[in-house]
Amino acid sequence: MKKFGGIAIFIDRNDINTDEIIPAKYLTEISKRALKPHLLEDLRLDDGSFDPESEELQKASVLVTRSNFGCGSSREHAVWALEVNDINVVIGQSFARIFRQNMFNCGILAVEVSTEDLDRLFTLTPEVQVDVDLQNETLTATGGDGTTVVCRFTLNPFDRELVGAGGWLTYADRNY
Amino acid sequence: MGQTIAEKIFAAHLRDTPTPDNMVLDIDVVMCHEITTPIAIVDLMDKGMDRVFDPSKIKAVIDHVTPPKDSKTATQAKIMRDWARRHKIKDFFDIGRNGVCHALFPEKGFIRPGYTVIMGDSHTCTHGAFGAFAAGIGTTDLEVGILKGVCAFRAPRSMKIEVTGDMPEGVTAKDIILNIIKQLTVNGATDLIMEFSGSVIESMDMSSRMTLCNMSVEAGATSGICLPDQVTARYLWPFIKDAYASEDAAVEDFKKWHSDDDAVYEKTLRIDVSTLEPQVTYDFKPDKVKDISELAGTHIDQVYIGSCTNGRIEDIRAAAAILKGKTIADQVRGILTPATPAIYSQALEEGLIKIFMDSGFCVLNPTCGACLGMSSGVLAEGETCASTTNRNFNGRMGKGGMVHLMSPVSAAAAAVTGEITDPRRFLN
Ligand code: SF4
Repeated sequence: MKKFGGIAIFIDRNDINTDEIIPAKYLTEISKRALKPHLLEDLRLDDGSFDPESEELQKASVLVTRSNFGCGSSREHAVWALEVNDINVVIGQSFARIFRQNMFNCGILAVEVSTEDLDRLFTLTPEVQVDVDLQNETLTATGGDGTTVVCRFTLNPFDRELVGAGGWLTYADRNY
Repeated sequence: MGQTIAEKIFAAHLRDTPTPDNMVLDIDVVMCHEITTPIAIVDLMDKGMDRVFDPSKIKAVIDHVTPPKDSKTATQAKIMRDWARRHKIKDFFDIGRNGVCHALFPEKGFIRPGYTVIMGDSHTCTHGAFGAFAAGIGTTDLEVGILKGVCAFRAPRSMKIEVTGDMPEGVTAKDIILNIIKQLTVNGATDLIMEFSGSVIESMDMSSRMTLCNMSVEAGATSGICLPDQVTARYLWPFIKDAYASEDAAVEDFKKWHSDDDAVYEKTLRIDVSTLEPQVTYDFKPDKVKDISELAGTHIDQVYIGSCTNGRIEDIRAAAAILKGKTIADQVRGILTPATPAIYSQALEEGLIKIFMDSGFCVLNPTCGACLGMSSGVLAEGETCASTTNRNFNGRMGKGGMVHLMSPVSAAAAAVTGEITDPRRFLN
């Protein structure tokens, strides 16, 4: 099975919607690759702490955020924009339904952890490395100063199968 | 134990239960539009899977950017068009016959009580107004839907929304749903199906029920749903008259889908609309909602009346009643987009288009247009729009623009004064 994890970027906001993840004007693209430069282009945080052009975002394979990530439009482009930027895990307190399904359908992870664990993750100092152990349903995050945070999560068994199969299309083609 | 309408529909369409909480359903209608479908078509072609499970169950329309605004959108339309021809998809709607998907497909009678409906579009929940389970999905789900006619969902959990009281004049279904979203927040119904009931819903026409269900996703809901009744049967009658002896017989039959009295709900929200004011959003989330009196006077640059939320004939009539004999404020750009050709033509016949044009509105062909900021009314940085659409996200209608969501009557009132205005000023 594919390996999940890597360097994390932290975006401290609830309700980040898919228009912010990838604006509608790029929905005319037929290739997923074309979305690469536009990930989170329209996202602004009140404290100005997020810059879509930052190197931090380029280096990240893991995105850590708060609740209801991916709300709004059903566009799978939001997941692809993450995917073509090599982000293979999003960690949050909760996800919008369609977004979460799109993630697993593409064979990548939307991981829900408790608010307490999330708070602990947000206290880590950069650069944070996250390792996901799918088998044991734990993720280990290590901060720049060596502090580690271990969180447990539960994967829906069907979502796990989809990830194992490499996505829903392969799974459905085989089973239905 | 009793079942909800959603549980009954799931049970009737169950193909597989890979786990007790995951259900794979047979799908009755797979709907497609040119923004999310072409990429699915191209992917299926690349994988050597360019097939469709049943062309009669696939409905396709070019609606988001039509006529195309540039080569890229023209290419998306072409991919859809060629695909529909290749697979003999009879119900394909192109320029001249096309309109906003969630207004067009109901009008064609494609949605029936008890159906399962999917589309690569989050506002697919609109069709729950017919007592169907209708949900938005992503492209991979769409590919599987096209190829196999199935889709996977979590076992359905419902919340009940009971709407009662006397609807005050100038208050509409849009105001009710905005108020519901305000109460629930954008996350309050995530993974839930919103089942609407109560005397106000029972006396609502299909257009209003569609407005309600349309915005259920803005509270995170998987779908909205109304119990199919006399109103549903009357709307659908031209399409079902061969199947039933009478409208009453249809209503009787629809009851098999009704939630049982002892059905279980995750939560219940009760709303008495008797004292509800018109509602308007501020800021960039659809749960940022205030009474119109609190925002009165806010400057407006553009008024947009249209979309799958409020672009139907009833909406145009209600707005025209306010615009009649008036001209819109000097600095306001008014844009009307009737949601479908049939609505446009009806509005022409009733003289409503003339009222809009005389007042200074620009009237566009049916399209999604500015609703998602792709064409036909994009805002400049710092501009504000009074809009009958469903999303006020930052950048939704153009980078740096602010969208105030409201009902068609409130939007018409804003057009006349150039600022957010209580429409009741113009009524009676
Ligand atoms: S009118 Fe707006 S919300 Fe409705 S389908 Fe079109 S883009 Fe989506």
